[in-house]
Amino acid sequence: MKDRSLGSQILFLITFLMLTIFAIMIIYPILWMLISGFKTNKELFLNTWALPEKFIWGNYKQAWDIGIGRYFLNSILVTTVSITLTIIFSSCCAFALSRFEFKGQKIFLLLIIGGLMLSPQVSLISLYKLLQKLKIYNTYWALIIPYTAFQIPFTTFLIRSYMVTLPREIEDSAYIDGCTSWKVFWYIILPMSKPILAAASLLSAISVWNEFMFALVFIEDSKLRTIPVGLMNLRSTLSTDWTILLAGLTISALPMIILFIIFQKQFIRGITSGGVKG
Amino acid sequence: MNMYRNKKIAVFFMLPAVIFVVLFIYYPIIQNFFYSLFRWNSFSPDRVFVGLDYYRRLFKDPVFYIALKNNALYAFISIIVQVGLGLVLAAILEEKAFRKYQTFFRTTFFLPAVISITVVGLLWQLIYNPNIGLLNAALKAIGLENLTRAWLGDSKTAMLSVIATSQWQYTGYIMILFLIAIQKIPEELYESAMLDGANAFSKFFYITVPQVADTIVVSMIITMIGGFKVFDEVYVMTAGGPGRSTEVLASYLYRSGFRNDEMGYAATIATIIFAITFVTTLIQLKASKANKEE
Repeated sequence: MKDRSLGSQILFLITFLMLTIFAIMIIYPILWMLISGFKTNKELFLNTWALPEKFIWGNYKQAWDIGIGRYFLNSILVTTVSITLTIIFSSCCAFALSRFEFKGQKIFLLLIIGGLMLSPQVSLISLYKLLQKLKIYNTYWALIIPYTAFQIPFTTFLIRSYMVTLPREIEDSAYIDGCTSWKVFWYIILPMSKPILAAASLLSAISVWNEFMFALVFIEDSKLRTIPVGLMNLRSTLSTDWTILLAGLTISALPMIILFIIFQKQFIRGITSGGVKG
Repeated sequence: MNMYRNKKIAVFFMLPAVIFVVLFIYYPIIQNFFYSLFRWNSFSPDRVFVGLDYYRRLFKDPVFYIALKNNALYAFISIIVQVGLGLVLAAILEEKAFRKYQTFFRTTFFLPAVISITVVGLLWQLIYNPNIGLLNAALKAIGLENLTRAWLGDSKTAMLSVIATSQWQYTGYIMILFLIAIQKIPEELYESAMLDGANAFSKFFYITVPQVADTIVVSMIITMIGGFKVFDEVYVMTAGGPGRSTEVLASYLYRSGFRNDEMGYAATIATIIFAITFVTTLIQLKASKANKEE
């Protein structure tokens, strides 16, 4: 519309101004975290707003050395293994649910997707006991296994709804050529599902990387801690060395921020086909 | 196709996922109810059957009601802000005049949702900090010095401050759900409304809102369940304090189980969380079914 009236132009400006204020409210705390990580504690006290006089990389190094480094590697290990297991199990299951026809299929679908309705908080106590019985309490597996289990319903749901829409002609000819269902799955269905597998992995990676409650309860040894709980340790160790803590926070947040900015499209695809909070 | 008729192979493909889900999601939930009937602690093997005693105790426990009230407040504010504001923001960004700025605002608003709650919680703890925090500094800068306070240290403002952080983090997430829903509305509806001379507000209320009613219901339920499950934010920022003023069900569960070592009582609180979230989900399923049949 070229000939917008004065009234609608003013409305546009006001709305635009409000959006900008919102954007600043969102971005500024994140920037403050990033920048304050370069300051000395004294600078932070004297003027919260000011830029640091000299950018002190030492804060970041110190945060890494006193723990973040270790937690970071733990998080990478736990996240990678959990996501790999989740994607393998979920895509196999989604394949069976989207292609095969058999009695009781609906029940299996309900069983898997029904897991979405059950929240981790409710099983905290009994999982804790179960992991102790299985002798994996306070090991990496105490996180990997519950994370995988709680990711499966959502990723299976996501992948299945994508596989249902894939055309079937290629499989038909593969079948005539004598392919087994395993080969069809591995060489045809999985490669065609790449976009949704990427979206599902990203969404799961975020929730696993950020998971807090299980990581707090199922791990006792501070050497095995992942970032979210490790940061709590760091806070008590540092007490008032805020700028080092802020540097640690930045290091912990960056991987997911970078992943999100690079793979925004896949993120949004995942959210839209799922519509469920991770 | 015959290949897809073989039930054994199908079950084989599903087996790992089914085992994981049954063993680590369903079984613990059932087990939890059983555990709530016993008095026991984490490292001793003895268990004493107490029946429904813990449930009776819970319904007389004042902390339980504080927690329940805080959860309800959490859910209520989240619905108003995240669903309300999220919808309005999405509708604005889908307006023709704002489309070219949409990517920037969308990315910005969504960004906090990918950061871990620990990072967000500790960051906001510093923002609320009375000495070095941004919030008090900002209030002073605009001359509202008398409003400054220890936001998380004051039992009057602590809960609301925690809830505010959550709104900061998740409004953009709900906004994305609405953006997608609005993009699916047929353009003709808006065009014919324009011909009738409808302005932005009447388009919003008479076309956008009814067309995305489904998404409104779903996101209200998601945020409501989120409000009753909340743990991380509270644990990180206030650990339930000062006093018990920010206790929520999940933090009380944690405190009972892993601080006071009353596992049976913790399991009882877990059962209540289960009941609330499960019933809410059933209502959601009913509502979305009813919507589809219309």
